[in-house]
Amino acid sequence: MDHSITSSKRSAVSSWGRLSASLHDVTCFTNPEEVITHIQRAEKPAIPYGMGRSYGDVCLNPAGCLWKTDKLDHFISFNRVTGKLRCEAGVLLGDIQRLFIPQGWCLPVTPGTQIVTVGGAIANDVHGKNHHVKGCFGNHVISIKLVRTDGEIIVCSSTEKRDWLEATIGGMGLTGIILAAEIQLCPTPGVWLETENIAYNGIDTFFSLADSSEKEWEYTVSWIDCLSGDSLRGIFMRGNHTDIRRKPRSNKRLLSVPLTPPFSMVNRLSLRPFNLIYYQLQKWKSGRSVSHYEPFFYPLDNIRNWNRMYGSRGFYQYQMVIPRSAGHRAIAEILKTIAKSGQGSFLAVLKTFGNEKSPGLLSFPLPGVTLALDFPNKGQSTLNLFKQLDRIVDETGGRLYPAKDARMPAALFRKGYNQLNEFVKYKDPGISSGFSRRVMEV
Amino acid sequence: MNSRKHIAIIGATSKIAEHCARLWAEDQPVLLSLVGRNRDKLKRIVDDLRVRSPQSEISSFEADFVIPEKINAMVNHIGSIAPVDIVLIAHGYLPNQSECQHDLKKAADVMFINSISPVLFAEAFARQMEQNNQGTIALIGSVAGDRGRKSNYFYGAAKGLVTRYAQGLQHHFTGKGVKVVLIKPGPTDTPMTANMKTAGIKLASAEQVAKDIVIAIEKGKPLVYTPKKWWLIMMIATHLPAFIFNRLNI
Repeated sequence: MDHSITSSKRSAVSSWGRLSASLHDVTCFTNPEEVITHIQRAEKPAIPYGMGRSYGDVCLNPAGCLWKTDKLDHFISFNRVTGKLRCEAGVLLGDIQRLFIPQGWCLPVTPGTQIVTVGGAIANDVHGKNHHVKGCFGNHVISIKLVRTDGEIIVCSSTEKRDWLEATIGGMGLTGIILAAEIQLCPTPGVWLETENIAYNGIDTFFSLADSSEKEWEYTVSWIDCLSGDSLRGIFMRGNHTDIRRKPRSNKRLLSVPLTPPFSMVNRLSLRPFNLIYYQLQKWKSGRSVSHYEPFFYPLDNIRNWNRMYGSRGFYQYQMVIPRSAGHRAIAEILKTIAKSGQGSFLAVLKTFGNEKSPGLLSFPLPGVTLALDFPNKGQSTLNLFKQLDRIVDETGGRLYPAKDARMPAALFRKGYNQLNEFVKYKDPGISSGFSRRVMEV
Repeated sequence: MNSRKHIAIIGATSKIAEHCARLWAEDQPVLLSLVGRNRDKLKRIVDDLRVRSPQSEISSFEADFVIPEKINAMVNHIGSIAPVDIVLIAHGYLPNQSECQHDLKKAADVMFINSISPVLFAEAFARQMEQNNQGTIALIGSVAGDRGRKSNYFYGAAKGLVTRYAQGLQHHFTGKGVKVVLIKPGPTDTPMTANMKTAGIKLASAEQVAKDIVIAIEKGKPLVYTPKKWWLIMMIATHLPAFIFNRLNI
């Protein structure tokens, strides 16, 4: 006797940028069998949705259907000798870290939030502060179990149906629903990291810090003051896992932005003083220390709903990668353009990517440098700024990150992702997203 | 090995029960006996718990939930593995009210699975625990059992029976080593309530309800509403005079 039923409800759904709240017909899946039977019967195209942590419309399907996968949250098996983990696609990266780091294994690659699903991490082929060492999330995916809307189940790996693996990693959920995956975890000495923060000035200094840190530091990233222009001011942060033991952290206090203010708390009045104070504070605190992995990897996860601080109109994130040869000049020009506009946020991150290539056809990273910035949505003036930035990205052979995007022109996407034509062959006709229609026209 | 707690969960594939199992197993190694009806669903949960808690020993049993002799045998079998420290009796389902009104067979099934069956399991464990003079029996009732209303009086009546039974058992064990915990969840986000979501009712998360249950069991609280606000809501609902209550469209 099975009393559970797959039913859908119509509700307003947003992604992390909160730029829209369109109605979707939402179906919540609770077990893999249900997914297989339901999606074959679906009448309209849908898009899988995990935690909704992508910023724009890769996880949205306005006026269409949405398949929620976060309740497919079961582990399947773990090999304690090899570190190979099999789990369903709705398992959170945070659950993997919490359960396995004390056992001596961690995720080889993690993005800046752990409140994302394994399926989402694969579909967006996320990267982290150790890209120069470990590449993308997709570099550590051993196999994927995918179900297509025609009912076909595809198990793909580097040795079997490799083409499907390459299309699905970074495939934005468009190749089918990821039911389960096998991931290679990485041995780790524990929950602590040895870290060093260095205050610096100038783009040259950033690149020399990044280059000189790459050999000896697994994790590198830099916060920058987005208003400092080409006389760049920033804090370079680097870290390594350590077997140093510290006292267990006392119960962490979870902060929250309890409601959405009517206007953005990040604005012309608050941004400049905040950046100045933050820089001075970090400069004063700079030097070596030992940090727990949570505040080091996921500083913002401790503030629930931090995305609300940008007010009711939401925000954009603009993340681009520029090939190394053009990096210095392009970053200078981009920072000058942003400083002139006076827009931006204190969330601005600069990081060098390494040469490790992800298997994903539409994977975002390239050898070079990536800059990610939040922008409160000020309507046309923000979009105009992006047009200027697009031009620089386009001229230098760079590209934008779909997981962060809500507005890139189709032409820029096509030019940046030259394997798109190959990818489209693997797209499931029963799956469609706001992003796929806007940018891929499929 | 004997220092590990032996926890039995009846209706282990229910979302709330599963989250309780995760909390128990992740907290410290335990001996878990999971009882359910569906072998595949049980396997999915056992595999998951084994990854979460490699030091725990987890067994699952497909069981009959209707025949008293079989219930008795199942409970005896679980008790023979090791004395049971905690049993959580969590099975049940939310029926379609109008179907019950038109189909007595359906109504009988609803009444049996939501009330008689959990009570028979509880009674079998109660006898076992009484012999050892220790253990905790946790039953999942419902806020729906506090007052009958037109939209779900079969389910409400069944859960009301569980409430009366738990009260009686608490009385029976007063001054003894066995504790009886009755949990009354409000509407919770589980597959059971999938239809309610369409009606725009704010549901509590199964994780939160499970946390409250695990804490209540640890403290041996006789009665717990989860989320807590339901205590107040039901206090008002049970005290409304019938001439007002019966006019409400609930």
